[in-house]
Amino acid sequence: MEKEMIRTDASPKGKNGDHVIEIVSMNKWFGSFHVLRDINLSVREGERIVVCGPSGSGKSTLIRCINRLEQHQDGIIRVDGIELTEDLKKIDRIRSEVGMVFQHFNLFPHLTILENCTLAQIWVRKTPKKEAEALAMQFLEKVKIPEQASKYPGQLSGGQQQRVAIARSLCMQPKIMLFDEPTSALDPEMIKEVLDTMIELAQEGMTMIVVSHEMGFARQVADRVIFMDDGQIVEQNEPESFFNDPKSDRTKLFLSQILGH
Amino acid sequence: MSKIESNVEFVRKEDAPVLPPPINQVGLIGWLWRNGISSMINFSTITGSIQSVLMILLTVVVLYLGLNGIWTLVDFAFIQAIWSDADELKRLACATTLQGGSLPEEWFGACWPFIAAKSKLLIYGVYDIDEIWRVNLTYLILLVGIGWVVIEKMPYRFHVGIFLLVIYPIVAFVLLTGGNLEIANSTLIIMILVSLLISVFCFLIYRGFLGEGFLAAYTVFNAIRYLSIYITMVTIIFTSDFGLVTVETDKWGGLLVTLVVAITGIVASLPLGILLALGRRSSMPVIRLLCVLFIEFWRGVPLITVLFMASFMLPLFLPEGTDFNKLLRALIGVTLFSAAYMAEVIRGGLQAIPKGQFEAASGLGLSYYQTSRLIILPQALVLVIPGIVNTFIGLFKDTTLVLIISLFDLLGMIQSSFADPNWSTPVQSLTGYLAVATIFWVILFSMSRYSMFMEKKLRYEH
Repeated sequence: MEKEMIRTDASPKGKNGDHVIEIVSMNKWFGSFHVLRDINLSVREGERIVVCGPSGSGKSTLIRCINRLEQHQDGIIRVDGIELTEDLKKIDRIRSEVGMVFQHFNLFPHLTILENCTLAQIWVRKTPKKEAEALAMQFLEKVKIPEQASKYPGQLSGGQQQRVAIARSLCMQPKIMLFDEPTSALDPEMIKEVLDTMIELAQEGMTMIVVSHEMGFARQVADRVIFMDDGQIVEQNEPESFFNDPKSDRTKLFLSQILGH
Repeated sequence: MSKIESNVEFVRKEDAPVLPPPINQVGLIGWLWRNGISSMINFSTITGSIQSVLMILLTVVVLYLGLNGIWTLVDFAFIQAIWSDADELKRLACATTLQGGSLPEEWFGACWPFIAAKSKLLIYGVYDIDEIWRVNLTYLILLVGIGWVVIEKMPYRFHVGIFLLVIYPIVAFVLLTGGNLEIANSTLIIMILVSLLISVFCFLIYRGFLGEGFLAAYTVFNAIRYLSIYITMVTIIFTSDFGLVTVETDKWGGLLVTLVVAITGIVASLPLGILLALGRRSSMPVIRLLCVLFIEFWRGVPLITVLFMASFMLPLFLPEGTDFNKLLRALIGVTLFSAAYMAEVIRGGLQAIPKGQFEAASGLGLSYYQTSRLIILPQALVLVIPGIVNTFIGLFKDTTLVLIISLFDLLGMIQSSFADPNWSTPVQSLTGYLAVATIFWVILFSMSRYSMFMEKKLRYEH
């Protein structure tokens, strides 16, 4: 019931928006190891994609290629119409439009929560400090921790830190959000608060690519689930069909392993 | 326990009482217990007894040696020491009957009047007596400035710090040397032209006339511009006449030389070390190679060699007639030498910063310089405060080596004053070394304590 509501409500563009990410026959090697093989993927504006797969399958590497934390060696990646090349200017522009949330939060421990959220606004966007702080507080309220603004990351729980990390990315007002296993470093009771924040974000129509094993989240939010194995996209489908009627044997095996317990 | 064993079901009816700790856990008794007694009174087993007896013996021996040493020092420096020489007897004030004085034969104590008589030499060297107010003023500004920055309640601490780093060196230079350097006008004009050119170049970059590549590196060029303007202005100030008599650096000595060498080394080696450390981790191979070569070269030679080379070899390579101040050469040698060590200390800190910090920063669109300055260095430098201060302390003590190129720092001054026959007694050198050691210890110990305080203050919750 709930997921139906979300889909019709929040993602009008999900099915027919413009392509904001286009990846065409992209290949990547770590040294001589072929880590991503012939990746083809396009993401429409407002679309929510969950990427899953066994560890070492290249899921994280794939989304890290999208904001050039990793370089690809072959093929084309286009983000918001800009092709990712050596050009540093373009990379910086893409990075400020693509927010990224990491497994281990990677907050800046020497800065307060508020400073974590204003830093990039002030130095990259050149926003005046007052405005940056106002926007930061707005997003901290959105992730429901405005009262922690003057604390340091080390004083917060894992779940709170991850929500701050989400707010920090949102402060740059990105068009696309990438999540790299955002809940896998969290204690079970904290996973929900982070997922709730992400669901809320999805409902507002943010384009999201989420590497995650939270199948409940995938069912509820995703427009598309992608299964990766051995550096390749093995199967992708709408969540309903993906979970209930997987086509490939590798997907079936994977799903039986993670849903089995 | 038994309840749980006999019956799986267990429900606590009331809270267990909160009890005070055992007597040997808190207070003075607790402290003594934790730090010794507990290891001395275990006689329940044979091994335990042997251990306890050994611990008791060891404690007694160590206590005896320690207290004996302290007593000898106190006896020499305070109890037996001669404090004043009202009758101007000089050496006779500190001499025993056999040596021609009036003190008993078994007397053995410090001769503090000797230090008092040499105090001018120790603090200023042979600086012109009439001009000593300039040294005093330099010392005073430094003391007030450092005090201001160190005490947390003071307002404008940041500004005073900037003053100490940017303006004070110029003031100190002019006050100590007298300024009025002789530099050809043509050199000055060239310097002014160069800074103008760099400024124009920066303007062109800023307006985007030279393309995106240059625009990306605007921060660097801008920094170079400010540096060149600063250097030019400083040179102009140095060549101006302030009506001060020139005092040659040959006349400087004692604490003055020690502080000039140490503070210049400390202030200049830190930024240089940071640049070298960043360079050594750069992704650009040429920069990396240059930094590695520089660091490994300076770490590979002893400081004495560096000073010798700077003092005796360098003039051979320079064009004839170039007079390159000896103190300046020592300063450059000491600075580059400690910069190499500093670079390695800071590199240790940089390596301790998790990769995720770089990723998060660049993920937000921060440039390399912004990431280094705002994210990486603030964390790395706090981590390596003990190492940085360690290098500072080493540098401060290494200044005594300038003695071998005949610059007379504190130690050199006191040693040369041993030659004064007016004060020659058996306790002369001991008193002298004790005084110098005390001065060094006070300065270095305060540095060490302050660094511990800073470390605590800057430690954020992890």
